[in-house]
Amino acid sequence: MRRVLALLAALVFSTSVFAVQPDEVLKDPALEKRAREISAGLRCLVCQNQSIDDSDAQLAKDLRLLVRERLVAGDSDEQVRDFLVQRYGEFVLLKPTFSAHNMLLWLTPVIVLVLGGIGAYTALRRRPQAAETLDEEERRALEALLKQDQSTS
Amino acid sequence: MLVEAGHFALALALGLSLIQFIVPLWGARANDPVLMSVAPATGLAVFGCIAFAFLALTMAYVTSDFSVLNVVENSHSAKPLIYKISGVWGNHEGSMLLWVLILSLFGSVVALARNTIPLRLQANTLAVQAAITIAFLLFILVASNPFTRIVPAPAEGQDLNPLLQDPGLAIHPPLLYIGYVGFSISFAFACAALIDGRIDAVWARIVRPWTLGAWAFLTLGIAMGSYWAYYELGWGGWWFWDPVENASLMPWLAGTALLHSTVVMEKRDALKVWTILLAILTFSLSLLGTFLVRSGVLTSVHSFAVDPERGTFILAILILFIGGSLALFAWRAPMLKQGGLFAPVSREGALVLNNLFLATACATVFIGTLYPLALEVLTGEKISVGAPFFNFTFLPLIVPLLLLLPFGQTLAWKRGNFLGTAQRLYAVFGIAIVVTLAMFAFEYGGPVAAPLGIGLGVYLVLGAFNEIVTRSWSKGTPLPVAWRKAANLPRSTWGTVLAHAGVGLTVIGIAATAWGVEGLATVKIGSSVKAGDYEARLERVVPRTEANFREDVAIFTILRNGNDLGTLESMKRLYVTRGMPTTEAGIMTVGLGQVYVSLGEVQADGSVGVRLYYKPLVLLIWIGALVMALGGGVSLTDRRLRIGAPARAKTGSAAPVPAE
Repeated sequence: MRRVLALLAALVFSTSVFAVQPDEVLKDPALEKRAREISAGLRCLVCQNQSIDDSDAQLAKDLRLLVRERLVAGDSDEQVRDFLVQRYGEFVLLKPTFSAHNMLLWLTPVIVLVLGGIGAYTALRRRPQAAETLDEEERRALEALLKQDQSTS
Repeated sequence: MLVEAGHFALALALGLSLIQFIVPLWGARANDPVLMSVAPATGLAVFGCIAFAFLALTMAYVTSDFSVLNVVENSHSAKPLIYKISGVWGNHEGSMLLWVLILSLFGSVVALARNTIPLRLQANTLAVQAAITIAFLLFILVASNPFTRIVPAPAEGQDLNPLLQDPGLAIHPPLLYIGYVGFSISFAFACAALIDGRIDAVWARIVRPWTLGAWAFLTLGIAMGSYWAYYELGWGGWWFWDPVENASLMPWLAGTALLHSTVVMEKRDALKVWTILLAILTFSLSLLGTFLVRSGVLTSVHSFAVDPERGTFILAILILFIGGSLALFAWRAPMLKQGGLFAPVSREGALVLNNLFLATACATVFIGTLYPLALEVLTGEKISVGAPFFNFTFLPLIVPLLLLLPFGQTLAWKRGNFLGTAQRLYAVFGIAIVVTLAMFAFEYGGPVAAPLGIGLGVYLVLGAFNEIVTRSWSKGTPLPVAWRKAANLPRSTWGTVLAHAGVGLTVIGIAATAWGVEGLATVKIGSSVKAGDYEARLERVVPRTEANFREDVAIFTILRNGNDLGTLESMKRLYVTRGMPTTEAGIMTVGLGQVYVSLGEVQADGSVGVRLYYKPLVLLIWIGALVMALGGGVSLTDRRLRIGAPARAKTGSAAPVPAE
């Protein structure tokens, strides 16, 4: 299954698998840490599902330098991201925005959990009523089983 | 000649599958045992044919028969034998052949189990299995034939992608496929039950070992793939939320849910309709995974349109089987009788919750993987859904599930007592909290996630083993007696305990990654790069030549706080045939942690970029997965082929409990 990933990785990494180069690192460790965090959330646009922090592509390197440049210039994390979105579109963000066209994406987990929970709950609630429709014989059998179960567990 | 024979055998298998599909179905309807027993016979014959075809292709690879296009494209005469063999499935056509080989292998095992499966169920199941085989054999013969010849035959092959020339990749696809395809059996059994309109605890007992086996292999396959990515791709990550990984994670999540709901069905005759639906969904997700990876749709929506034949073919298979089985479900499921009452607070209730969370987690991965594709097709807008999205949505679903796990395992069937259960776990809580606090004190000021995660992992491991303790020991029990009691607990109980403890170990391994440190520097011979307490000193760089690649080997001495831990080799390789360079990370295992050295660019002055990681406890991520799969294996050896559910301990004998 990973074959495809590997193949693409191979195509993309024309030289080696090695992301941030030593000469890119900022002197200020706090600023460098922020740069790494921002980079991890930005997509290397020419790669398959890789952040610019992980990628060795030339474009990723350019973007890493750009991020650091903006940070040194005093931009906030948000401003750096906005700047890149303006330039490359939302495609550059690995975590999509909470905008209208992404609502389905963000809400699916919540919807599935809530609807599933309601479904399971109502199914469980319905059960005791179903039990009342048992006839005498079934009820006796059930009780016998219950007793057996209790004595054994 | 052998190649043509293999090709012919494949066509023969297709014909036999048609018989295996039609005759038993007809026999089951007409209640004719003779027609029904055609199913096992043809099932075995189909396996024989496909195995022969696979062997023929393997021989073409081993003998480097470059008149076969597939061999030319993916092999080389100088390649080591193991990679000649693994090259058979290291490409699209061959991997599809492996897919049907495993499919027919499972079919033949069902065919041989005629004493344990009622004839009617077996006939219907094998017919459904045959339908899948037909679809995939057609796909291979029409759209991805591995036996195509090439004229004139070139003198040498183009070699296998170097990244795939690795022992990990040799066994990863077979493991994964056994998992994927294993779920086809659960699927076929579910469809058979729907066709027949009858389902009971016996059905669950027959299906459970298949699900369990498939799940264990899928677990191993995913873990293997993850470890391979970790050491081969060279940037030290172990899970990337890549669509290809998600394609295998989805059936795993659904399969885990299925495993647990089958327990309820077998023990309590409840959740039947849901279990059937899950069995269908799990295999549907396996098919979806095959589609995603094989159609090229992931690379880009456009590449799917460029080479439409394969993609469209798999899409048609997907729609046919998922649509068909769901239609069958919608038609027949209302006829299934529900049974088994239980209170919300009970083992059953906990397992329903388990299924709810796992299904939601699976839906999250599903939407995250497919939403960008759908959005682009529908609106043309391009967005990315990557690791930050999945971490953000997946963790809040998994953490509550993990917190509830030891509870569920401790709760009684039918109706449980929440407080009573909590009391049985108080020691586990206590130790987990102490461990968490100790971790906080120990790494004062470090990342918050690590101690919490490790506390959770400890809680899971102890919570799992708590079941053994409470069931074999109470105050005053002499230790040897308790020990014997524990050893005599059903294998299925031990399987559950191991699998759950494995989850805990993986959680600890993941949590500890927050403590990982990395260093990055351009070093010359004699100088070093530091990360935390660790240091890698470059000793020398030597060239080396192997049969199909050349490499520069950088030899490092690894030091911890100045103490020599030994040497480690990190390589930059060039595979000659494809002219493709790769980086082979140097890895040294220190306890359960690893020192990881990856090489970068060699500068003009002979210095080299080096990245050094120290990853504490990282091995636990994969050890945990191994323990999970081991738990599955131990459960499979239970005499009743049961898992998860504690057996009634009245007599301690392994005699089958009569169905309720």
